[in-house]
Amino acid sequence: MAVSASAEAQTRGVMTPVPYRVRSRASETADTWTLELEPLGDAVLPRAGQFDMLYAHGVGEVPISTSGDHGGDGHLTHTIRAVGPVTRALCGLDEGAVVGVRGPFGNEWPLAGAVGGDLLVIAGGIGLAPLRPAIRHALSRRADYGAVAVLLGARTPGDLLFVQEVEEWRSRLDAEVDVTVDAAAVGWHGRVGLVTTLIPGAVVDPASATAFVCGPEIMMVFVVRALLERGLPVERIWLSMERNMRCGVGHCGHCQLGPKLICRDGPVFRADEMMELMEVREL
Amino acid sequence: MLQETSTVDARVMGPEGLAALVDALAGAGYRVVGPTVRDGAIVLDEIASADELPHGWTAEQDAATYRLARRDDEQVFGWAVGPHSWKKELFPSRVRLLRVSGPQNGNALAVEEEAPPERPLAIFGARSCDLHAIAIQDRVFTGGPYVERDYAQRRAGAFVVVVNCGVPGGTCFCTSMGTGPRSEGGYDLALTEVLEGGHRYVVEVGSDRGRELLEALPVQPAHEEDLAASLRVTDEAARRMGRRLDTVGLPELLAGNREHPRFADVAERCLTCGNCVLACPTCFCSSVEEVNDLVDGSAERWRTWDTCFSIDHSYIHGGSVRRSARSRYRQWLTHKFGTWFDQFGTSGCVGCGRCITWCPVGIDVTEELTAIRATDGEVERANA
Amino acid sequence: MQTLDELIASSSVFAGMPAEYLSLIAGCARNVGFEEGALVFREGDAADTFYLVRRGRVAFELHTPDRGGLVIETADPGDVVGWSWLFPPYRWHFDARATEEVRAIAFDGACLRGKCDDDPALGYELMRRFAQVMIDRLQHTRFRLLDVYGGVGVS
Repeated sequence: MAVSASAEAQTRGVMTPVPYRVRSRASETADTWTLELEPLGDAVLPRAGQFDMLYAHGVGEVPISTSGDHGGDGHLTHTIRAVGPVTRALCGLDEGAVVGVRGPFGNEWPLAGAVGGDLLVIAGGIGLAPLRPAIRHALSRRADYGAVAVLLGARTPGDLLFVQEVEEWRSRLDAEVDVTVDAAAVGWHGRVGLVTTLIPGAVVDPASATAFVCGPEIMMVFVVRALLERGLPVERIWLSMERNMRCGVGHCGHCQLGPKLICRDGPVFRADEMMELMEVREL
Repeated sequence: MLQETSTVDARVMGPEGLAALVDALAGAGYRVVGPTVRDGAIVLDEIASADELPHGWTAEQDAATYRLARRDDEQVFGWAVGPHSWKKELFPSRVRLLRVSGPQNGNALAVEEEAPPERPLAIFGARSCDLHAIAIQDRVFTGGPYVERDYAQRRAGAFVVVVNCGVPGGTCFCTSMGTGPRSEGGYDLALTEVLEGGHRYVVEVGSDRGRELLEALPVQPAHEEDLAASLRVTDEAARRMGRRLDTVGLPELLAGNREHPRFADVAERCLTCGNCVLACPTCFCSSVEEVNDLVDGSAERWRTWDTCFSIDHSYIHGGSVRRSARSRYRQWLTHKFGTWFDQFGTSGCVGCGRCITWCPVGIDVTEELTAIRATDGEVERANA
Repeated sequence: MQTLDELIASSSVFAGMPAEYLSLIAGCARNVGFEEGALVFREGDAADTFYLVRRGRVAFELHTPDRGGLVIETADPGDVVGWSWLFPPYRWHFDARATEEVRAIAFDGACLRGKCDDDPALGYELMRRFAQVMIDRLQHTRFRLLDVYGGVGVS
């Protein structure tokens, strides 16, 4: 089993998947699962921010961000929300099932550029999945960064992802974790309110902080405005964008947002590149 | 512009030379595709001989109008482009990419890539605008970090015979887009059909294999007068363009007018039928379909043409981003003339006029763009 | 250790108020505390007090027969709790409960209402500031109505 590109990989078409086996499937919430996959042939090695095209044989393909690190054995971690036929099929796979993978595609969270300053990570809903590898990276190289603050928003406490891991982050003395939900049952002792309400109190210095934001698009628009109000410069705010994708390689034309191809120019974009486009309706 | 010197590598052949050229290409193992009359239009199809070419035919074209008609001379290429473009051959509307079967011979997911076509393609009779369109699709499919395998396979080794235009159509505006009527490169052979002084073809050589093929045909050396006559053909065509378009600053104009009321105006006429996309030689949107075999459980992945006019083109999270006809027309127009530059470094339009001819309601991109330019900055006003 | 006056003056809801109004308001204020789980006020009760949270968290709860109690919002340090004291019928619209130990400043709303009747300019100042609090809460609530994280969206 090769972790580096084989001769076959050199000639393989960009639309041809490689086989991966489901190593485990864990339920995160009522409609979200995390699949761990191991390569059966050539490995696909996404970095934090990138995505793979996952292929469910007989059903189709979807783009899913990596939500973990590929480690030394080229395994993949993908957190998937079951919202359509392909994602439902993927979320229903048992251990040992085989899927196809193409990738990695897209660009990365600019962790290197954030070194030396504070890091503010803001995730809404399933947006935490593409951000988890970046958070893990920063926490594993803790001395590279100043203050690290993670702000999470979700619909209800039952929709929070990676609950155990988030608790581990929260229990660290060198990281701040703040959580809020849109609504909760009585008994919830945490915050109820918009994720933007967490921004004024986050313990980061706007002068040196870099922000990584991922979540529903309208949430990201509100978050960027709140970050700008807090004093972060727009060039240090990064968003992960999403659009319909059929190929992942810049050929199918579906993922366009104005001049940008999300698969090729993104999915991670600097806020100043995106804000003007996000504010145009039906673009 | 051609240099009027004897250093131009050109020959002259009579009308019989055309038949010899088609036969030579077929004999060399090419699948020859060229223009032919069928179903009331001049379309592109595989041809077995030059007899199938549209001798003495023309087509009257205008917005929402295409009418085949007989010429009063025997020109073979006395017409402007029809509904088909070369993407039909290089980027077919339905192509199988892969066959995927379950566990087989120890392979957990047996994936078989589609083999390339058996015979290489001979593009017979492309126009200069079409050649530019092919170059545009070359950039999309092979000019980036990822190469479209099927396109590259069909494109590689394709023999190109371009025909320089003598009879432009009512919707042509290649001169405005800098894409014709005379081709300046990217071909193996370029034909200009000349009637003045006797029906003949001036053939310019564009490659070594073009020259090699040509020299086996009944050709004579081209004289100054032949070359001058061929130039007059295209100069005359350039003077009779059906449409014009001011392209200065077009990308900036479109980027600055996303909320222009003209888009709502077009939306009242546009059926979002996508005919323009089908006819356009550069439109490249595609989708991938999974086709299942119920008997053996295998699946095939097929690439199909798609269109940004379809409502699910921009589907995400339970809804489509571009729901209104207005937003979808805006997407198509601003991509073609504006954001194509950001994405691929050139305009997406070659001025062939097909979208104008084949739009059932006659929407004219040159008219729409001119109207936006004339009222640059206008936005919808709230009722006072 | 800040005095009551200093705390009130530095709060965002009263920031920039003329000094004489601040001391008037401080005159209607006192420090209060709630244990974890204690009810701050109950839906339907007379609303004569409002609070400025200094420490801890207050949860606003609504009860429905089929879904039980739901927390619809929380107030953290610096947040104002309660505006029903300003408008008839002067009754609370939901329960408020301390989800952890809470320290707050309680303001005698009934007393302040009387002072506003005497001095409309004071009334205008308070109305203006509380209107801002309500607008922010309304915008946030409208946004949460979109249910951006879940479902298939509002269509």
